[in-house]
Amino acid sequence: MNEARPPLELTIPVRAWDFLAGGDGAARVRQVLQQVGFPPAVIRRVAIATYEAEMNIVIHSQGGELKAQITPAVITIIARDTGPGIPDIDLAMQEGYSTAPREIQEMGFGAGMGLPNIRRCADELAIDSMPGKGTVIKIVIYNR
Amino acid sequence: MKLREIQAILAAEVFTGADKLDLEVEAGFGSDLMSDVLAFTRGRVVLLTGLTNTHVIHTASMVDAVAVVFVRGKRPDRALIDAAAKMGLPLLGTKLLMYDSCGRLFRAGLKGCSGEVLEPK
Repeated sequence: MNEARPPLELTIPVRAWDFLAGGDGAARVRQVLQQVGFPPAVIRRVAIATYEAEMNIVIHSQGGELKAQITPAVITIIARDTGPGIPDIDLAMQEGYSTAPREIQEMGFGAGMGLPNIRRCADELAIDSMPGKGTVIKIVIYNR
Repeated sequence: MKLREIQAILAAEVFTGADKLDLEVEAGFGSDLMSDVLAFTRGRVVLLTGLTNTHVIHTASMVDAVAVVFVRGKRPDRALIDAAAKMGLPLLGTKLLMYDSCGRLFRAGLKGCSGEVLEPK
């Protein structure tokens, strides 16, 4: 790929409470990265961060979308949702803190590891949340 | 350790992926919390879990797991088996409980993922 070319861009809608399709977006991003030939370690970090961000939209919002911008040097994932927002981001970043309802926890989620997992995988992470409006999470992962 | 040895040690049934039992597994990971799987697995793992929903195979795929073993006699439904088959992800099932399953594999030489977690980043 040529650096000067515009980034490869994917936009994937994510529906709230659709647990059957939840994860399909991250799977698609992962598949594209594999096809383009990124190193497995980079793909793994992007896949995990994207999956957690996608499941956050499924579990906590009224719906949203994932946008992936892919260049040879950097992968940017923007997860945008309409929903309640995150009132206390510092608290939400703590491992083990979760507001997920019990039925979500029974599905294996809501362990309070979502945002910490995203932070662990990301080179850069920005969370912009407006209580009552929604949340935008920007994840940047460099190919190095 | 080959997936075939894991199947033998756990006396496991193969729901899908019988043609992939010669795949090499580097480590084991047992959990019913999928976010913990995403956070803590390292390398090419076999995932042991008691959950049989679609997130198990999505999670397994995100971490490049070699296979999933359902413990405690849990059985995936047809839709899950078909989805895993499409992804090329072997699914096995054992009647053994989680602790016993992990213990047997560890005793046979399959390491866990803690070592690398404990190392400084």
